Amino acid sequence: MDTSKPMILGNDIRLELYKMQLDLRYCEKRAYDLFLQNLIKGTSHLSLGQEAIAAGFGVAMRPDDYTFCTYRGHAHTLARGASMEGVLGELMGRQCGLLGGKGGSMHLTDVTKGAMGSYAIIGAHLPVAAGAAWSAQYRGTEQVAVCFFGDGTTNIGAFHEALNFSVIWKLPVVYVCENNLYMEYTPIRSVTAVDHPAADRASAYGLEKIVVDGNDADEVYHTAVKYMERARKGGGPALIECMTYRHSGHSRADPGAYRPKGELERWLERDPIKIYRERLLGLGIVEATLTDLEVESMRKVDVATETAKGSPVPSLDQIDKNVWADGSTAWRN
Amino acid sequence: MAELTYREAVAAGIAQEMRRDENVVFLGEDIGAAGGVFKATVGLFEEFGPRRIRDTPISEQAILGAAMGAAMTGLKPIAEIMFSDFLAVCWDLVANEIAKTRYMTDGQITLPLVIRTANGAGSRFGAQHSQSVENWAMAIPGIKVIAPAFPADVKGLIAAAIRDPDPVLVFEQKSLYAFKGEVPDGEHVEQIGKAKVLRHGTDCTIVALALMVHRALAAAEILEKEHGISCTVVDVRSLVPLDTVTILAEVAKTGRLVTIEENPRLCGWGAEIASIVADEIFWDLDGPIIRITTPHIPLPSADLLEDNTIPSVERVVREIREKID
Repeated sequence: MDTSKPMILGNDIRLELYKMQLDLRYCEKRAYDLFLQNLIKGTSHLSLGQEAIAAGFGVAMRPDDYTFCTYRGHAHTLARGASMEGVLGELMGRQCGLLGGKGGSMHLTDVTKGAMGSYAIIGAHLPVAAGAAWSAQYRGTEQVAVCFFGDGTTNIGAFHEALNFSVIWKLPVVYVCENNLYMEYTPIRSVTAVDHPAADRASAYGLEKIVVDGNDADEVYHTAVKYMERARKGGGPALIECMTYRHSGHSRADPGAYRPKGELERWLERDPIKIYRERLLGLGIVEATLTDLEVESMRKVDVATETAKGSPVPSLDQIDKNVWADGSTAWRN
Repeated sequence: MAELTYREAVAAGIAQEMRRDENVVFLGEDIGAAGGVFKATVGLFEEFGPRRIRDTPISEQAILGAAMGAAMTGLKPIAEIMFSDFLAVCWDLVANEIAKTRYMTDGQITLPLVIRTANGAGSRFGAQHSQSVENWAMAIPGIKVIAPAFPADVKGLIAAAIRDPDPVLVFEQKSLYAFKGEVPDGEHVEQIGKAKVLRHGTDCTIVALALMVHRALAAAEILEKEHGISCTVVDVRSLVPLDTVTILAEVAKTGRLVTIEENPRLCGWGAEIASIVADEIFWDLDGPIIRITTPHIPLPSADLLEDNTIPSVERVVREIREKID
């Protein structure tokens, strides 16, 4: 895709993409701050630096489309319209959390928004997304399932099973590999047979090789629209590799010390939000408009943080609820 | 009443539910055009067609993942895992995903799906195609586990599993596929979570599952006629939920518990029942609990070796005589 010139997009869509990226960035930064205050326990995997991908797809998706994402899924869940207090509340283990405190950071879900779950076992959700796409195809609803995963996922068996399966059944599913160059702490290139862990394998499934700049929200959005529409109309799945970089470590415990000197700084120059802001200014959008969006986004995060902090912790009776559809946990009579 | 084989009852149960609910779909390896490697799904492809009966590649993770994704978005899928041993290659989907998702999402996602699989020994298939792994499944919170012994229960429990709003794992005993039995005419649905008392006795209560139910009944007959030992036989039918009410009541009546399991010794379901009985009706027991299991070894394949590994009628008779007389 030619990225040298701005794509033809209306300013309304562009501002929506900018606003979405801001929300994801500020909310994720807040999550980091809340860790430091020990208000968020456990682990957490931030998408700082990768927001353009979740935002590009989030804006392109139809409200009834399905999102499947990984344990690095705060951004993708928010990008479908899940509430910030629901996300931050879940991270803080509060009653207002999306999952009432039962799932935590790695399992964010909001079915009412089409966010069909965050999956913490690498690869598991690729076939699940295929199943949702099968269901959409069977019911004739023209819904699309979008499945996000990291570069490391391309080396696990479920990736292969899901890709082959989706192609032979011509399912309306778009697989989105966020290649942030590292599988946890190890450079993906050093443990993978090909340069592009997803795209270079597309031909094995009869799919086209697609590599896009994952830090360019316009390019992601265009690609999302193109392949989601194709899938919606019965054209089958796509496998899209988005090149990006995470600004933070793999998880809360990781300072990212394995990265070569200067690499992070080079990628910070290509910060998706920074380059998008410059692009909008270059397109003649006045700075005050952008500043207003930034202030509003920060305000929303502040309000959500306070709401979540003010929410009680879950009541103990919740432990014994919701294993089964009748709400119970009974395994005997 | 019609007489059906166990395998015919599988197809009859699935067909009954597919006729009444368009959202029931079925996927698995060789289940459609081929009618299943055990011929348990013969006729379904012809009746319901390739849109609802879908042959898959050898991709067990894809099969269960697809079933899960379909179940959370409005369908009621039935997934076949050809041999229960193969659950090991897709256990993540069973244990981490399907079983836990409802709880982890605090009820946002409900998974009305059925996993059917051929379980158990007796066919000389060796250690990777003969295991009884229902106890693996029983150990995971969030999945119902049933194992029918008779054609009527096969039809009725599979129908119930398909209607159940929660994930149900159905273990069909592969050496029972040719077994014939009466199946009620018309719509037949059993209740999951109910054990069935098949024989009433006074000296001991044998609790068994699937193929072992048949051996328990044969052993009880011999014990009664030849040795004057009168046995109650309870077919557990459902491990999760477990009908402890029936089991405890029947054990209390005779004062002795015998479990017959095809599982290897350690952590078999009989151990859980023994634990519940010891905890709750210890003072009703007249003697030690007897667990008859497969030894704690991988299964051998040769006729003589396999026959001497899983509990036989003769072994059940011998052990009960030795320990109860």
